[in-house]
Amino acid sequence: MGSYVLRRVLQMIPVFFGTTLLIFVMVYTLPGDPVTALFGEKAADPAVVASIKHKYFLDQPLWKQYLHYMGNLFQGDFGTSFTGRPVSDIMAGAFPVTIRLALLAFVFEMILGLALGMLSGLRRGSVQDTLVLVLTLMVISIPVFVLAYIAQTVFATNLGWVTPTVQDSYDLSQLVLPAVVLGSLSLAYVARLTRTSIGENLRADYMRTAVAKGLPRRTIVLRHLLRNSLIPVITFLGTDLGALMGGAIVTEGIFNVQGIGNVLYRAINTKEGPTVVGIVTVLVIIYLVASLLVDLLYAVLDPRIRYA
Amino acid sequence: MDVVEVTGGGRENLVPGTPLLEVEDLHIEFHTQDGVAKAVNGVSYSVAAGETLAVLGESGSGKSVTAQAVMGILDMPPGKITAGRILFRGEDMLTMSPKLRRTVRGRRIAMIFQDALSALNPVLSVGYQLGEMFRVHQGLSRAEARAKAVELMERVRIPAAKQRVGDFPHQFSGGMRQRIMIAMALALEPDLIIADEPTTALDVTVQAQVMDLLAELQSEFNMGLILITHDLGVVADVADKIAVMYAGRIVETAPVHELYARPAHPYTRGLLDSIPRLDQKGQDLHAIKGLPPNLLSIPQGCAFNPRCDRVRDVCLTELPPLVPVADEEGAELPGRRSACHYWRETLHG
Repeated sequence: MGSYVLRRVLQMIPVFFGTTLLIFVMVYTLPGDPVTALFGEKAADPAVVASIKHKYFLDQPLWKQYLHYMGNLFQGDFGTSFTGRPVSDIMAGAFPVTIRLALLAFVFEMILGLALGMLSGLRRGSVQDTLVLVLTLMVISIPVFVLAYIAQTVFATNLGWVTPTVQDSYDLSQLVLPAVVLGSLSLAYVARLTRTSIGENLRADYMRTAVAKGLPRRTIVLRHLLRNSLIPVITFLGTDLGALMGGAIVTEGIFNVQGIGNVLYRAINTKEGPTVVGIVTVLVIIYLVASLLVDLLYAVLDPRIRYA
Repeated sequence: MDVVEVTGGGRENLVPGTPLLEVEDLHIEFHTQDGVAKAVNGVSYSVAAGETLAVLGESGSGKSVTAQAVMGILDMPPGKITAGRILFRGEDMLTMSPKLRRTVRGRRIAMIFQDALSALNPVLSVGYQLGEMFRVHQGLSRAEARAKAVELMERVRIPAAKQRVGDFPHQFSGGMRQRIMIAMALALEPDLIIADEPTTALDVTVQAQVMDLLAELQSEFNMGLILITHDLGVVADVADKIAVMYAGRIVETAPVHELYARPAHPYTRGLLDSIPRLDQKGQDLHAIKGLPPNLLSIPQGCAFNPRCDRVRDVCLTELPPLVPVADEEGAELPGRRSACHYWRETLHG
């Protein structure tokens, strides 16, 4: 187990450097000059431009910029945005919002997804099974922005339960609707994955053994069936937690949630290199940690993995 | 927890030789997309306490399906029991309430499956899976159940049982896993054990050990044992009587040694002849020609007729009943029955 963890942590290192380098190169090779853009319509003073470029290391070759950035990063410095605000400051304001949104979406997709998956998986071919299949297929087929507008129209415009967009991003109750929209696609996948997994395990030999042991149906389903069926579902849920954080750009935009997605979107538009790289770096770390945790959890759930 | 008891006390109250289990004229069908597969067509057998019945047959002969019906683990649908009775201590289990039936399963009748690796739950420790029997059926605590699990593992001679009780099925060898299956079946000291091909998945050397262990524990507890197998070699040493199945019917029953010495059905003879023998080294192996019948369309008359080398006209039209057979002087041979129109020729010729 110990060597397994160590190996997985060591694997994270090249992935971390690879992804950050990639995003660094992509941001800094974007066409257009962010410093000149700062001056808007006014003509830029070449001396001022040069001094800003020097300040942000933009006059250096790319590899030097990357090394400089990484050097600072390991001292906890995410750099400064072109507006002069530290990137860590910007992230400190936005990440809590996104984390809340993602966690809300996560709880929603997990509870409802598992419930629907079990409902249909245990009663294959029944009315509720067909219903779950059709509904999840619909959710999977509809793009998230369409779903978001439908939700806005129904719950805000028609029913008037909520405001169409979020007024205060730190108010948890206002984040519910965006979270439902954000989590709906994964919910459909969780439900279908659970259904398939239960279907497979229902036919497993050990289930027949459990029945032959004279166990009550509740014990058979909860202890024997679910314990096995949920292994792939939990793997999916774990990686999805990372995806929910990074993938909230569209949802946050539509619902005006002042989270990472919105900040990232604006930063890309204004070619705010340090902000984009900083946020993406943190997202990469979240992804890596999430998948490490999933792998460890996987080993706990499935003893066959443990000593591999 | 509420304990629902089946009539009759412990085994000690049983009159020796009284049937523990009686299967009467059992019919089972499977409804498939291609039609109705008649898997079991009127099977009757009985097992008494301390007795071992071997049910012999090729795959598809209905031997496992019958056992699953007895155990109450038949998949229904697609399976359907269309007729017959399964009496356990005189009570029909097919008409029992599901709740009562469940108390019979595991507690009074237990089953050992063929492939212990897939039959044991991969994500639960063997200690948990053994202890579960005591926790569910006897309401023992986790710690008590674990202690019982260790006892059971020692009983089936798993080395270092105390250290290994928390291990998972995949950490044991095939033979040890099958011992754990046996231990699980023995847990509540049932009256009857059904072993469905218990040694098929094992190495030959381990097969003998596991069979010996099973036979030993059976006589120690005076349990009835139904041994389902396609392996004639496994049967010889442990079984008291044999029922040979073909196409969902019993075609011959006999005390074990008599069956080996003088089969009364061409199919049984074919099976015995197809055992490779050292004294026939270098010669062709005898094999029964043809294939087992398609259960969707079992041949008219005797189901074995397309493969039988003694087939006559009557075999193609008339289903031979399972009748008592007699020796040359006409004295009925106890326990011997054959479902062949020409059992006399087969037995004596």
